Order: sequence, then C-alpha cells, then structure tokens
Amino acid sequence: MPTAAPDAPLTSTTIEGAIDHLRATYPEAVRADDREGYGGIIVDSAQLLDIARFIRDDLGFDYLSSATAVDYLGAGDHMEMVYHAYRSRGGGALVFKAQAEREQPEIPSLVSVWRGADFQEREAWDLYGIHFPGHPNLTRILMWEGFHGHPMRKDWREAYYEEEQKPFDSRWPGGHVHRAEEKNVFGKNVSYPREIDLSRLMDTSESAVYQSLGLGVDVERVMDKDGFETNELVVNMGPHHPSTHGVFRMVLTVDGETVTSLEPVMGYLHRNHEKIGERNTYLHNIPFTDRLDYISSMGNNHGYVLAVEHLLSLGRRYNEPTYRCETLRVMMVELSRIVNHLWAIGFWLNDIGAFFTPVLYFIQERERIMDFFEAVAGSRMMCNYMRFGGLFADLPERIKSVSNLVNDRARDYNTMQFLTEMVSERIPRTIDELEQLLTQNEILIERSVGVGVLSAADAINYSAAGPLLRGSGVPYDIRRADPYSIYDELDFDVAVEDAGDMYARYLVRVKELRESVRILRQILPRLEATQGESIWADGKPGAYAPRVPLGEAYGRVENGKGELGYYIVSAGGKSGTANPWRYHVRAPSFINLTPMGIMSQGHKVADIVGILGSIDIVLGETDR
Amino acid sequence: MYGTGLAKGLMLTLRHFVDSYIDDIRYGFRKYSHSVDNFGIRQGTQTKGVITVQYPDEKVAVPERFRFVPFLIVEDEDHPTRAGKDWCTSCGICAKVCPPQCIWIVRGNDPDTGRPVPEPEAFFIDIDICMNCGYCAEYCPFDAIKMDHDYELASYDRTTHHIHDKARLSKPNSYWRSIAPTRAYEEMLARGTWEHKDAAKEARRGQSASRSAPRPAAKAAPAPAKKEAQPTPAPAAQSPAAEGATPWSEDDAKREERRRKALERKARRAAKRGG
Ligand code: SF4
Ligand code: SF4
Repeated sequence: MPTAAPDAPLTSTTIEGAIDHLRATYPEAVRADDREGYGGIIVDSAQLLDIARFIRDDLGFDYLSSATAVDYLGAGDHMEMVYHAYRSRGGGALVFKAQAEREQPEIPSLVSVWRGADFQEREAWDLYGIHFPGHPNLTRILMWEGFHGHPMRKDWREAYYEEEQKPFDSRWPGGHVHRAEEKNVFGKNVSYPREIDLSRLMDTSESAVYQSLGLGVDVERVMDKDGFETNELVVNMGPHHPSTHGVFRMVLTVDGETVTSLEPVMGYLHRNHEKIGERNTYLHNIPFTDRLDYISSMGNNHGYVLAVEHLLSLGRRYNEPTYRCETLRVMMVELSRIVNHLWAIGFWLNDIGAFFTPVLYFIQERERIMDFFEAVAGSRMMCNYMRFGGLFADLPERIKSVSNLVNDRARDYNTMQFLTEMVSERIPRTIDELEQLLTQNEILIERSVGVGVLSAADAINYSAAGPLLRGSGVPYDIRRADPYSIYDELDFDVAVEDAGDMYARYLVRVKELRESVRILRQILPRLEATQGESIWADGKPGAYAPRVPLGEAYGRVENGKGELGYYIVSAGGKSGTANPWRYHVRAPSFINLTPMGIMSQGHKVADIVGILGSIDIVLGETDR
Repeated sequence: MYGTGLAKGLMLTLRHFVDSYIDDIRYGFRKYSHSVDNFGIRQGTQTKGVITVQYPDEKVAVPERFRFVPFLIVEDEDHPTRAGKDWCTSCGICAKVCPPQCIWIVRGNDPDTGRPVPEPEAFFIDIDICMNCGYCAEYCPFDAIKMDHDYELASYDRTTHHIHDKARLSKPNSYWRSIAPTRAYEEMLARGTWEHKDAAKEARRGQSASRSAPRPAAKAAPAPAKKEAQPTPAPAAQSPAAEGATPWSEDDAKREERRRKALERKARRAAKRGG
C-alpha cells in the first residue's frame, strides 16, 4: 500500500529507496516481483538469511508483521513464503518473498532474525509442508501430529470435499438436499501418516500427553542436565481449563511453584478457516471473518474489506467508499474496540481472582453497544456489516423492536440520540467506574506490577502487537503508523506505557478506551454532517460476485487485540477471479502467544493465568 | 495510604448492590410482576443495577433487522388472485451467495414445454449449517426470502427436523410486515407495490388491475425514483416468456453473446473437472 515516507532525508527511508539499496547490495539475489498486481521483491532463498538481517539491521525494518506461505499449483508450480516487514516507527511494508519447488520445499528459517517468525513458520510447515532448516522446534502447531498431509496445499482435499470453489453446482437448479455426513460416514475417510503408531491413541500414560511437544524431558523422571533427579515437574494446564479462555493448553515445567519453561499448545478449535476461505467467493468470506475474533467482528470485517478493496482498486471500475461509509466503519470499529477492552480487562480480572464482579459491571455497557449493533447490523456478535465499497445498511432512523415484545414502549429510541447518550454519558461513566474500581486497587497493583515483563526490544522482535506491544513502550498503533480509512484526520493519541508488565497493559487498555471515546466524539458530528449521503459510491449496493483483478493485497487494521492482517492473492483467471487464491489471516491472538514462554519464566503458576489473560487472546482467532 | 484504592473500589461495589434494591423499592413488585409495563421499567434508560430477563417467561425484544434463520414469503391468503403463491422465482441467487451453501433449490419446470417457470419446485435450507448471515435476504432481487425473528428452533432430533422444506419455510407476506414494518415499507416503496413485482406487472398489463389489492396512493408516489436506484435483475426464469416478442437491441445481442461465452466457459470447466 502506498504510504508517506517518514521525514528523514535518506533515500532508503522510503520503501522504494530501501528496495534500491537492497538491490544495490545484493544485485544477484534480489529481483523485483513484476507479476501483474504484485509488489515487493523476490529474494534468492540461498541468501534469505543474510538479506533478512540486512533488512532488519541496515534498512531498519525491525518488525516482522506476517510470514505466510502460498501454493502456486498450476501457476508456476512453486511454494512461496511472503514476508511483510515494517519499521516500528511507522510507514509501509517491505514485502519480500522466497520461493521453493513444490515437492520438497525448503526455505531457511528466519527465527534467528525475527523470533516472531517462530509460530508462523511452524504454521507454514504444518499447513503447507514447507521445511525450515534452522528452526528450533519445527513441529505441527494447528493440526495434531497424527494428521496426514498438509491441508492448505492446493491438491489436498477435505473429507466433505464437493468442488474446488463455491457456489457449488449441486445447489441450483437441481438442488435435492442431502447431508454431507450421510455421504461420508465418520471413520471411513481418515488416513494416518505411515510412521504414526496408532496404539499410542489408546495410551493413557503420562508421557503420551507430552509426546511430540519437543520438550526434551522424560516427564516421568525429570533429570537435570547432569543426570540428577530434580524437583522439576511437567504440569499440563488445559485444554479444558477455566483460565485459558477456551480450549487452549499450556505445558509448564515447574520447579516448585516457579515456572521454568512454558510451551503453548493450540489448534483444538482449528477448522482450517483459510482453506474454507479459499473455497469461498470473496463475498462469502465476510461473515466467516466474524467468527475469528468473535468479540470484535466489526474490526475483522474492516481488515478484510480493506484488503479486497485494495485489490478491486487495481481494476478499472472501482469506486472508493463514500465518506459516510468510512465514518460509519470507524464508528463501529471503535465501539467494538471498547467492547473488546472492557471484555479483556474484565476477564483478566477473573484470571487474577476478582471473580465476575468487575466483568459484570463492564459488560452492562457492552450490552448497550451490542443492542446497537443488533439494531444496525442484525446481530449482536456476528455483525457481517461491511461490504466491498460499502456497508450492509445505513443506520436505522430509530432503534426499535417490534417482535417478541412484552411492552411496545420497551425499545424505541432515536438512533442519533441513543448514540449521543452512549458516547457522551454512558461509556465515559463506565470507564470512570472501571478506574475507580481498579486503577488504585492495592491488590491489583501487587498482583500485576512487575509480572509478565516483556521488554521493548523483545516485543518488537517477537512480533507482539496491540496493547501487548504498546504496554512495552513501543508507540506503534497502525491507525497512526500506517493510517487507513479516515484515521489520519481524527485527533487521538497512541496509548503507551513503558513498564512492559501486566499493569502497563491494563493502563494501555484504559487509555485506549478513553481515546476511543475521543474518536467517537469526533465521529458524531461527521455523521450528522453526512446525513442523507449514500453509503455506496454510486448510490446502489455492490454486486454479489465482483470480479477481483489479479494481484496481491495485505490489508491490516489495529484491532482490539493487535494487528489483524489479511493477505489475499487473486490469481487464476485471466480477467480476475471470483474466489481468492490465497486467503491468509495474520491473527494477533496467535502471534501474541509467541512471547508467552519468555514472559512466564520465573513466575509462579498462579501468575501464568494472569499473564495469559493480559495478552488477551480469543481462540476462534488463535486456532482459525 | 495503603488500602484507600481498595476502599474506593468497595464503595463502588456497595453502590451497585444498593442500586439494584433502590430499583426494587422504586417500582415495588411491579418490577417482577408480569404486568404490561414491567419490561419498560426494567429495560428503560433510567434503570439502575443489573436486571435478569426471566427467559423463557420473558424474552428480550429484538430489533427489526435482527436475523435468524430465513423464511420464504408467500402471498397472503386473502389476496384475490395470487393467494398462497410463492414470491420466489427460483432464480438461484440466494443459493449462490449463501456462504456455507445450505440453500438447495429445485427449479420448477413447465411439464408441457419443459421450460423453467418462475416458481421453485422444492426449496430446502439446512438450518444446522445456516450461519444466519442474511445474504440470501440481502441479495434476493424479489424480496422473496427474509430473515425470521423466531429463534426457538431447537428439537430433539436434528437429523429429522433441521432441514426445513418449502412448506416449513413459507410464511405469508403479512407476517413479514408484522415483524419488520419499517423495512417492509421501504421495500414496498422500492418495488412500487405491496405485492410481488410480478403482480404489479400483471396489474399494469390490465389483466388483474381491478382485482389486485388497493395500493396506497400516497405511498406509491415516490416509487419511481427509488425504483431506478434498485438494480434491475434479469432473472433467467423470466426470459422465456419475453423471448421472441422483443426485438433485439444491440445491448441484448451483446448480453446474449456474453452469456453464450460464459456458458461455454462453464462447460469447459465442468469437462475439466470431470476429467
Ligand atoms: S434469490 Fe429470491 S427469488 Fe431467487 S431463488 Fe432465492 S429466494 Fe427465490
Ligand atoms: S442466512 Fe446466510 S447462511 Fe443462512 S441461508 Fe441465508 S445466505 Fe445461507
């Protein structure tokens, strides 16, 4: 995406300048990616490591946002790793790619350059079968180790496979209904890799629980490195544990009460969202994005439509969303940020022992926001509100309920009045209450100050995002660092705290709540001013099957939990496609878990729960 | 002083605790009685403290745009000419835009000519798979499928009860007007009539002008302007009737050419998939 360069005069401060510098330094190994609609550079994999170091140290792109794979079966027949690196002081992405042949793909691991590549490379290995020499623990991460094959490869077909792409021909005009499960009775379609020992599935021993995690310890007789038996224990937390916010598991090695290492284990909620997304048409994906971080579905919609709109803008017939549309989008996203932070703080308090009293106070206000979403978008959580170039619908004149009514006076508010009350009175009041209840609370301070510390350097290196990054003293907020929509004309501050501990993250969230209210206050007059303007550029809703021009796009937004990015590739057809070739979600809840291990070291078991809560994850997004 | 923060917080908890009782005192037992305005009190803007909605004795009111599983609109039973007729023309758009592909439509065919008729022979929605996204209702060019407000669909056996067929899905137009009056009114303005588009067309041709339901004159007035803003769909099911009669314009020829090419491409794709 085009971005303004930071103000320094050096040529390499611009993305183009940086690329020129890189090409001058490595003339042999770097070439421009000149495929239609693509950008960035393609790097020779043999020199990838050196070049990555150069990109980080000499060019200053210290933050690796996303690393993902694409399978170009039938379109060059190669595997490709795509990296998006940013500067932590702001600006656009340096996109670089490395290619490998499809059969035994091998690309050097970048974990030694950016620790943030760790989980993302494991994911690429798991889902695409790309091997990363140099990776410290290249094991499956979302699928279990008994899974056969690499499901995101284009030639892999799922159990209920029907056709490569939707819409399926069997639905109309001869649509005689059947259930997929009837066609494919459970058990008949499962295959296991040859080397797996199936008897292990019956194994109820302790060690079976930890096999394949690469812990390097015999859990039944833990020895230290000199062969003495020690007091260390391996403890399994989850997957069914009230503190893990879903089905999530952590394997802890503890010495007494003190944690010496921690390994997050995820994938229990994995449904291969991305594979589904590549079968879907572009439009189909919007409601699916709701189900990622289901606390803030508006933000999920926003990132995705931004990415697809970027692709659409490569075509000839493209209309920018109208000002009213952008205003409504920003309003919805800020409201869901408020919901997200109220939720995050509330559940974090649950985790450190203030069981449900605070969270219930906060979600009273959340309920009001949900009511508003329901009246505007039709659903409280699965909003499905944004469309390419527009929205589902404008605000209704009144928020009104007519069915299931016990009393017909119960709900009938003027929408703008409802919003004004909410923004100028109710939400600020809730934030004040929240602060009164918590900020000076001695117990809270003692539990959270100095716990789960993440240094600024580590936060950047581990690709932490959102309040986790800003709580470590890095003032990086995409709304400011790489502005999208109408954020560049809005007045707000980037919340930042230096301490890097749980309390700092709490403070960042409180500040962001206030900043969101500040943004909403600026939104309301804009809504009044644009009253009557269409939400669609040409006055009528967009087509249900837009042809999306060839190319790639990375749309990223600052969601409640951190940077949410969508990497979309449109390839295949000549004039554009109806289905994405590649649909990747850079999930903040997933990547923010990468530093979980180092943040936990040396703390007590009871703090682990709080540290996890302070990261703020949602498993729908972590596992995808 | 150590403990002040704690005390302040506890004051807040105390206030919340007291507030819930203040409400009780203010409204007395009205708050809990099943009297008419109890919901108004408890969900009103003045309410303090936390309330519990006594589901299933009470239900939270849902707004008009609320969406659950879709239903099909059929003409009201008291309609003079089209009583009970489907609004759906089986154009198939909803089946195409449905993200989890849970809509199955059998297009109706005229038994004599074999040509498609604008009415579905069968229509199924698998509500286990439906993700309540609302696309079908949003993109239907005939306002024939709408999102219902009835969310109590649980049953004891999902294998026999959760595929809704046409009979189960069909509800009269008056039902839609009762649950979503504002939207039904807006749609009427866009269509130009309270009835199905086709009924209006017939009426214009003079075939049933005298018998069709009276149209509100004032409400129909702004229709033409709105109608232009609406995308004009060209349903495949309707073209046969018009074919031959209309002289070919250049646009039509182009469209036909594009369609033919698309069909060819589709056939090629299908052949490739098969092979
Ligand atoms: S889009 Fe509307 S008219 Fe077309 S098949 Fe679906 S319900 Fe029927
Ligand atoms: S609501 Fe969405 S998922 Fe359900 S039938 Fe309609 S289009 Fe399909």
